[in-house]
Amino acid sequence: MNAPILEMKNITKEFPGVKALSDVSFQVAKGEIHCLVGENGAGKSTLMKILSGVYPQGNYNGDVIFNGHVQKFSSISDSEKAGIAIIYQELALIPEMTVYENIFLGHEIKNGLLIDWNETIKQAGEILKKVNLDINPATKVRNLGVGKQQLVEIAKALSKDVKLLILDEPTSSLNETDSENLLALLRDLKHQGVTSIMISHKLKEVIEIADTITVLRDGQTVATLSKDEVTEHKLIKHMVGREINNIYPKREHKPSQEIVLEVRNWNAYHPTLGRAILKDVSFNLKKGEIIGFAGLIGSGRTELALSIFGNPDGYRLSGELFVNGNKKQFHHPQDAIKTGIAYVTEDRKGDGLILIQDVKQNITLANLHKISQRGVVNNNAEIQVANQYKTNLNIKTPSVEQKVSNLSGGNQQKVCLGKWLFVGPDILILDEPTRGIDVGAKYEIYTIMKDLVKQGMSIIMISSELPEVLGMSDRVYIVSAGKIAGELTAEEATQEKVMRLATN
Amino acid sequence: MTFFDSAKKVLQQNIREYGMYIALFVIMAIFTITTKGTFISSRNIVNLINQTGYIAVLAVGMTLIIIIRQIDLSVGFLAGFLGAIAAIAMADPKVISNGLNLPVYAVIPLTLSLGIMAGLVTGFLVAQMKIPSFVASLAGWLIYRGAILVVTESTGTIIVANSAFNAIGNGFIPDIPDIGILPGVHKLTLLLGVLAVILLIVNEFNNRRKKQSYNFEVLPVEIFSLKLIFLAAIIGGITWILAGYQGLSWTAVIVLLVTLIYNFVMSQTVLGRHIYAIGGNPDAAELSGISVKKLVYVVFGSMGMLSALSGILFTSRLQSATTTAGTLFELDAIAAAYVGGVSAAGGVGKVVGSIIGALVMTSLTSGMNLMGIGISYQYIVRGAVLAAAVIFDVTTRGKN
Ligand SMILES: Nc1ncnc2c1ncn2[C@@H]1O[C@H](COP(=O)(O)OP(=O)(O)OP(=O)(O)O)[C@@H](O)[C@H]1O
Ligand SMILES: [Mg+2]
Repeated sequence: MNAPILEMKNITKEFPGVKALSDVSFQVAKGEIHCLVGENGAGKSTLMKILSGVYPQGNYNGDVIFNGHVQKFSSISDSEKAGIAIIYQELALIPEMTVYENIFLGHEIKNGLLIDWNETIKQAGEILKKVNLDINPATKVRNLGVGKQQLVEIAKALSKDVKLLILDEPTSSLNETDSENLLALLRDLKHQGVTSIMISHKLKEVIEIADTITVLRDGQTVATLSKDEVTEHKLIKHMVGREINNIYPKREHKPSQEIVLEVRNWNAYHPTLGRAILKDVSFNLKKGEIIGFAGLIGSGRTELALSIFGNPDGYRLSGELFVNGNKKQFHHPQDAIKTGIAYVTEDRKGDGLILIQDVKQNITLANLHKISQRGVVNNNAEIQVANQYKTNLNIKTPSVEQKVSNLSGGNQQKVCLGKWLFVGPDILILDEPTRGIDVGAKYEIYTIMKDLVKQGMSIIMISSELPEVLGMSDRVYIVSAGKIAGELTAEEATQEKVMRLATN
Repeated sequence: MTFFDSAKKVLQQNIREYGMYIALFVIMAIFTITTKGTFISSRNIVNLINQTGYIAVLAVGMTLIIIIRQIDLSVGFLAGFLGAIAAIAMADPKVISNGLNLPVYAVIPLTLSLGIMAGLVTGFLVAQMKIPSFVASLAGWLIYRGAILVVTESTGTIIVANSAFNAIGNGFIPDIPDIGILPGVHKLTLLLGVLAVILLIVNEFNNRRKKQSYNFEVLPVEIFSLKLIFLAAIIGGITWILAGYQGLSWTAVIVLLVTLIYNFVMSQTVLGRHIYAIGGNPDAAELSGISVKKLVYVVFGSMGMLSALSGILFTSRLQSATTTAGTLFELDAIAAAYVGGVSAAGGVGKVVGSIIGALVMTSLTSGMNLMGIGISYQYIVRGAVLAAAVIFDVTTRGKN
């Protein structure tokens, strides 16, 4: 093993009511790709925030030794100066700015007092080459897909002459191809001498790329494994502290033949984009059934869900929608909810949660009437309801009065799920329900889904993780460029068949 | 845990909320000392409350507006304009040529309805036409400014002769007949004060009992008693001061009612929760089945109604409608809301806080007037207090 570039010693960090890290030690060798894995709330993001100066010196106990020196970062700019760059779970680019503006934002190339745009564009072009991104640097970030945006983020980090690159769940919102690209890039950077730390819940890619893996559980380091000794099974065991043999629970239950939701010849036109986004979509959902929507990111699955769920973005729609055999037209998500449809969004921070409010307020928001009499909310009943979901869904939080923004990503997702289960829907649409969720919690969510369909609920699952779609669905619809490209039963569906339909 | 430990903990957790009360208390104490007691005299306190009234009701409405991430600059001149309309509606056609000679019980609902309609127009521009509220209400600011001048063009200041109307801003609630005890004290005010204290205690005990029945955490009993004693002392003190003069003014009654109703709606009802949700994250609220559009109408409509109320209070206090009525009211109301802890980022703020904020701002004016400090310095001091309050708010918020 090379000499360590980074050593974090006996790191302890407490939040009110939560010990996020207790006495964690963590070592990264120069030039390696080091993966950090662990359950939701294990403390991975917190550890990286300490490293990058988000939590300043004095805010935690322990030492950070980088490049042989004890570092006392008091802000992100300190750690950047030392050569550490962090790319967060959520992208932090400015959509209305061009790629080159974004790359050099905060450390503009100047010629005297003015920004030297020509030099900026030239250098941006060079850096983009390094990240294998073949685009015009003058493109607006808004016009790039998430995968490319992610690469721009990395380009931005590289422009700062980075020695240690930290990526917090970089592939969680990328499709397979983009993920592959990203991993390839990390390998390239490794040959150029950049050390990387990557947090991920996708164990396959972790095993594929890591030189060393550190597992955190409940704020403690439980194992550090080198790439020769690691298996997925071993990792899971370290992460959750017990064995999980079959992550997809057994299907014991057969859906009925009764159709609860049917969409016929459904078209949608996006007024601001000025083009059709859904073309002649038809599908149906039976009572007690889980159907999967597979497809590439951007294929129109979220738009399909939104267009059914009261069309909040105001697409121009045509076609027919039937719920329990009755033709319906929803003008607002409210109408859809009243008819028994719930939609758990893919972007929990953007349009799923109210981050400044606490867990209980988020859980009850979509169904406040249930705990109200004549419009007056019963605050005590609310706490009770929230506690019930906290227990049932195993949400890790010191209390239901904790602000949602203080929860780890996976636990936020569970709050979203709890919110929609409290509505008591007949039809539940889950959009990327396990994005950023650890294996243990995934298993819990799958088990919950199975229980729900057993009780007669019907579920539409949109997911870009093929194994999950194949493992959970009774039937799979493949969406490609706003059209249904195919329909497969659970028995017929294989990874190859789905991918072929999705990409042509 | 000892008494002091738990007291400290409660104080720390709620420092942001209590901070405002402490600030108000300190400001009042300072002025009481510098004016040798004149500031805290019954007469001055009554004056202070009546002066705060027309800003306080605006601040209540503005709180909701800022919570849903909007702003309304038109409220000052809307208040002034509707005050003038009310004055004209009551005026005798023999004195004012376009006077309508309407009775006061018709004029007040009429003015309030006009206010709601004006608010709905702003709401329409914001919700339906998607115009930024800053711009929409700036247009309103100009239009109502002009409208005041139009309606007062021929007459100038319109004197209001109706004594019932003028009582709103200057009168006091009647007293019960003299029964020989407590001469010189306003007994109905005293009685209401005692009633308020009893209601407060009963209510607090009920809440505590309900919480306990769910096995939820409640304040330690010593802290709970201390809180009750403290609140009772404040209500008692204010009641005593007011009862020593002419009792509760009608303005105070109106402001109290508005505060109670809005506070109840915002903290206890589904409607209030939805308003906070929209401020916290409009997209998430929409997808949760809340109609953001509808609530924008509701909040702007309520703002319009409260602007009308503010206009009524102000006109009645001056017993006349002037051409400059309403000038800068909107900024006072916005300042009061921010001093009271409303967050500019939306989703956070309390009605009661804004009322305290309004009291802080008028206390400053009133105290400095009594001390004979010039108007120029008054502006500077008020600006500094506004900045300080928001700095305090932002820093304590970050810590929690
Ligand atoms: N600002 C905060 N205030 C209070 N508690 C916090 C705060 N940030 C994190 N926590 C808590 O610290 C613990 C660790 O959180 P962290 O975000 O590091 O988890 P994580 O391992 O990154 O999880 P995930 O995989 O879900 O992203 C969690 O229990 C979380 O609730
Ligand atoms: Mg995390």
